[in-house]
Amino acid sequence: MQVNIEDGGIRRRSVLFSLGGGAAVVAGLTVIPGLANADEAAVTEAIKGMVGDVPDESGVALDLPEIAENGNTVPLSFTVDAPMGEDLYVKDVMVMADGNPSPDVAVFHFTPMSGVAAGSTRMRLAGTQNVVAVARLSDGTALMGSKQVKVTIGGCGG
Amino acid sequence: MTRMVKIPGGGRLSRLMAGLVIAAVPATGAVAADGDGTRIDWGPYKVGDVRSGYTYAGAQTRAMQDDDFQNPAFLWLERGAELWDTAEGAAGKACADCHGDAEESMADVATHYPIYFEDWGKLMNIEQRINWCRETQMQAEPFEWESDDLLGITAFVKHQSKGLPVDVSVDGPAAPFFEKGKAFYEERRGQLDMACTHCHVDHPGDLIRAETLSQGQANGFPTYRLKWQTLGSLHRRFRGCNRNIRAEPFPYGSDEYTNLELYVTWRGNGLPVESPSVRK
Amino acid sequence: MATIRPRVKAPKKAAAGEIIEIKTLINHDMESGQRKDKDGNPIPRQIIHKFTAEFNGTEFFSVDLAPAISANPYLSFNAKVDESGEFTFRWFDDDGSVYEDTKSIEVT
Repeated sequence: MQVNIEDGGIRRRSVLFSLGGGAAVVAGLTVIPGLANADEAAVTEAIKGMVGDVPDESGVALDLPEIAENGNTVPLSFTVDAPMGEDLYVKDVMVMADGNPSPDVAVFHFTPMSGVAAGSTRMRLAGTQNVVAVARLSDGTALMGSKQVKVTIGGCGG
Repeated sequence: MTRMVKIPGGGRLSRLMAGLVIAAVPATGAVAADGDGTRIDWGPYKVGDVRSGYTYAGAQTRAMQDDDFQNPAFLWLERGAELWDTAEGAAGKACADCHGDAEESMADVATHYPIYFEDWGKLMNIEQRINWCRETQMQAEPFEWESDDLLGITAFVKHQSKGLPVDVSVDGPAAPFFEKGKAFYEERRGQLDMACTHCHVDHPGDLIRAETLSQGQANGFPTYRLKWQTLGSLHRRFRGCNRNIRAEPFPYGSDEYTNLELYVTWRGNGLPVESPSVRK
Repeated sequence: MATIRPRVKAPKKAAAGEIIEIKTLINHDMESGQRKDKDGNPIPRQIIHKFTAEFNGTEFFSVDLAPAISANPYLSFNAKVDESGEFTFRWFDDDGSVYEDTKSIEVT
């Protein structure tokens, strides 16, 4: 079955994931009035909700294509440059995209047993936009990485 | 630097064609489509001037195909492997009851299809062969085209030939059908008045809007397309192409498409079977 | 696909303290809730919204997935293994279904 991300003109809602205590349940709905798509402001808001302030860009390496061949399936990998010991480790990595109907992509939850705070998945991008990954360490430190991905619309072979 | 070229003979269609202009990128055919700028030795994926769609795919798409685990098509292939051993129909038979171990019995089968099938007096492709077996030998219902079951068993059977060179026969009784397929390939159709040749012979490696055109090779089907987010057959791809040029698509499994399949497959004789491949 | 079937690739053996890579794939449409059917009615969202990985009964990794994750979701991640045991992987569907797979590992 073909699944396209379409602009259906429906009011967009941003589902913010709970990041507390490893209890990974959907916490609440934030309505962004008048916005057809998530944007930088929504991403900034989500980052502030997670770590208090927008961190400098460092410590999170994002591997993303410069140009996605198709926005339906864009491969993403990340690695956080931080220790993974019992005393200090990466707890969460939140991945967001600022040009999708909602900024949320995924939240990865780690423990020291993860060995390394790295992961990969494939995501949908509705158009050219920035992908942001914010890591939260067990002591509250925040790290961040971002990258723009160009997505071509149109395409052959229906 | 890009040079805009108009497709020959398209003058009367200038309005329809407005968005469909090919930008010729000079001699960059061998450069990966994701713009990584590196020239790659394509190994088995390039035989003389014949290039698999793999060579036009971006690095991430190729990586997805290179790792059988990352390739989502294997979800379907596993279903196909199950079906191979599942008895169905009034005859109470499974594929395995006649054909045994697919690794042996199907080892190079996909390299030769479509074939001329005497009972039909026309061509038969793998999907049609599977459904013929189901109806005639198993006395079971045929699978629907593009169903997960037909895609899965087709991918499973074709995968047994992975890496072997495509080697379809186009002479003897297959010759007239090959000629029909060739004529279809070269014939203008649809509101855009375009033939397959205009993209896949005249402009592989060039851009049509933001898409890199390929030679339109068939050696990787069924293929998992990132756009479809599912496995799909060659005939689905034909239908998509026909719609793109504003032509009425032919039905799945139609004589027109099976003849075309023989011609298109023959163009890639020598390329390795890649089924199931990953494409954009 | 009618039958949801998870696939997991993990090494069968590892040295104590080794960090291994685990790859998972599951067939699922990940219906985003953003699409409309032919009559213009919204198609309701149905996705896998959560994935968890346990080792010998302890959850050590999980992911919350949004509709922006592609169909047939793929996830790869790591685990540091100190003892032999069993991994349990679970995928949670919006419709309440839970899909599960297990893998054993021998640590030497």
